[in-house]
Amino acid sequence: MLQLQHVSFAVNTDEGVKRIIDDVSLDLSERFVAFTGPNGGGKSTLAKLIMGLYRPTEGRIFLDGQDITDMSVTERAKAGICYGFQQPVRFKGITVHDLLNVAAGRTMTVAEACDCLAEVGLCARQYVNREIDANLSGGELKRIEIATVMARSATLTVFDEPEAGIDLWSFSNLISVFEDMYAKIKGTMLIISHQERILNIADRVVVLAAGKVERDGTKEEVLPSLLTATYCDRLKRV
Amino acid sequence: MKLDPVKMQLLKTIADLEAVPEGAYNVRDNGTLAGRNTTAHIDIVSKTDKPGIDIIVREGTKNERVDIPVLLTQTGLKDLVYNDFYIADGADVLIVAGCGIHNDGGELSQHDGVHTFHVGKNAHVKYVEKHYGEGEGTGERVLNPTTVIEIDEGGSLEMDTVQIKGVDSTYRKTSAVLAKDAKLLITEKIMTHGRQTATTDFYVKLGGDGSSAHVISRSVAKGQSHQQFLLSVDGDAACYGHTECDAIVLEGGTVSAVPKVNANNVDARLIHEAAIGKIAGDQLDKLMTLGLSEAEAEEMIINGFLK
Ligand SMILES: Nc1ncnc2c1ncn2[C@@H]1O[C@H](COP(=O)(O)OP(=O)(O)O)[C@@H](O)[C@H]1O
Ligand SMILES: [Mg+2]
Repeated sequence: MLQLQHVSFAVNTDEGVKRIIDDVSLDLSERFVAFTGPNGGGKSTLAKLIMGLYRPTEGRIFLDGQDITDMSVTERAKAGICYGFQQPVRFKGITVHDLLNVAAGRTMTVAEACDCLAEVGLCARQYVNREIDANLSGGELKRIEIATVMARSATLTVFDEPEAGIDLWSFSNLISVFEDMYAKIKGTMLIISHQERILNIADRVVVLAAGKVERDGTKEEVLPSLLTATYCDRLKRV
Repeated sequence: MKLDPVKMQLLKTIADLEAVPEGAYNVRDNGTLAGRNTTAHIDIVSKTDKPGIDIIVREGTKNERVDIPVLLTQTGLKDLVYNDFYIADGADVLIVAGCGIHNDGGELSQHDGVHTFHVGKNAHVKYVEKHYGEGEGTGERVLNPTTVIEIDEGGSLEMDTVQIKGVDSTYRKTSAVLAKDAKLLITEKIMTHGRQTATTDFYVKLGGDGSSAHVISRSVAKGQSHQQFLLSVDGDAACYGHTECDAIVLEGGTVSAVPKVNANNVDARLIHEAAIGKIAGDQLDKLMTLGLSEAEAEEMIINGFLK
């Protein structure tokens, strides 16, 4: 269970102080919560506040009742939070297998590493010893990112636009990846997405716009209004 | 050949050797010959006019390895050696060199090795060289390797050179001249820390049509160390030259890269790339979200980079 209490994140810009996240309070205990909303609405920033990559300028964050606001990224990772980046990071000389080992917190066998990759639709043998460098395409990188996050088996997992850069054919498989995860996970999964099919498997949909919670409810309550909202062109139907 | 445990450990670090090698070898220990073996294809002969050896790799050599490690454990010893390699036309050989210094004393220990390669027509050489220093003493550990390479028509040389730890000062000079269709690939990895300095000085002359060279340097400068990367390529024919200097600076480490790329022929194609900077923040962030501390993340990034 994740609680955000009056969380704000403000930065100084040329035009003065900008509140990228503006007084957000949420109790999140559902198994699968989707965040959506216009680009620049603050979704990735909120994810980074949860992971500890940014610190809130106001407000507190609790995980299972424990105040984690002042905890470092490493401490939060150890407390059971994991974040799949919107823009995954490349590393020279670090292989997919190396990163999976770090994520799992132990040395995986090649067979285990291959299983992880197969789950996200990568032909595992070809990838397990590849370096996570500029030779991987954006879509490959994104799937490896999802595989590492899954390998972590966190109690609170945040995925930031997992569908981005993944082609349509593999997108259908990606949906089943998340459907499977929904069946398996014990904790809470937060997914930032613009995809109607991903929002459709969510227990709850939160719309974030201009740093505030604009709508919040079940998918039945929120989705119809989204499709007619001003940014409906951003909501993709596949 | 008998070596004490300190020397055996050095041998393992620089040459991955657990025991006396199988094939041809020549072990130099504190300036003297500790052991030598030759094979039907590979001869090793001591020079008579100066310190050093001639390594003669005969025609018909395939899949053979020569080990020529140098060990230095005596503080205050300055060792200078000239090794000449004669690789016959069409031969194919792996040469593993390297120098390990263990200096427990207060005086400077230094090894300067001058290695000259004469690579015959269509011959192939893989040359692996590791430099390493250790020891509790205050005496400096200095290594100045010079490598001179001549590659005849269609020949090729691949050089992997690594200096990972413990060398206080190094001046690494490598020069190569390539004939028609000759190929050169140099991969260098260097890490410096403390107040160490390292200068790498490469010169490549692409003299023959169809010749090509790739020189790739990856380095990490920590502490207050300084690295300098001097690089000069002459493209004198229809050739291809690519040089790359990729460096991470940490703490107060500094790196400068000074390329000089000369296309002296209208058909020469030369590329130089240099990227120097600290570890990207998002790389540290990513590994920390997977539970590593900042120091662990940094170590993993550097180890990967220098792998
Ligand atoms: N560290 C920062 N400093 C200044 N502006 C930022 C910073 N991080 C994000 N922003 C801005 O905050 C807004 C929200 O960004 P983001 O959270 O990435 O939105 P979303 O993920 O919903 O598209 C954007 O206008 C972005 O440019
Ligand atoms: Mg975003």
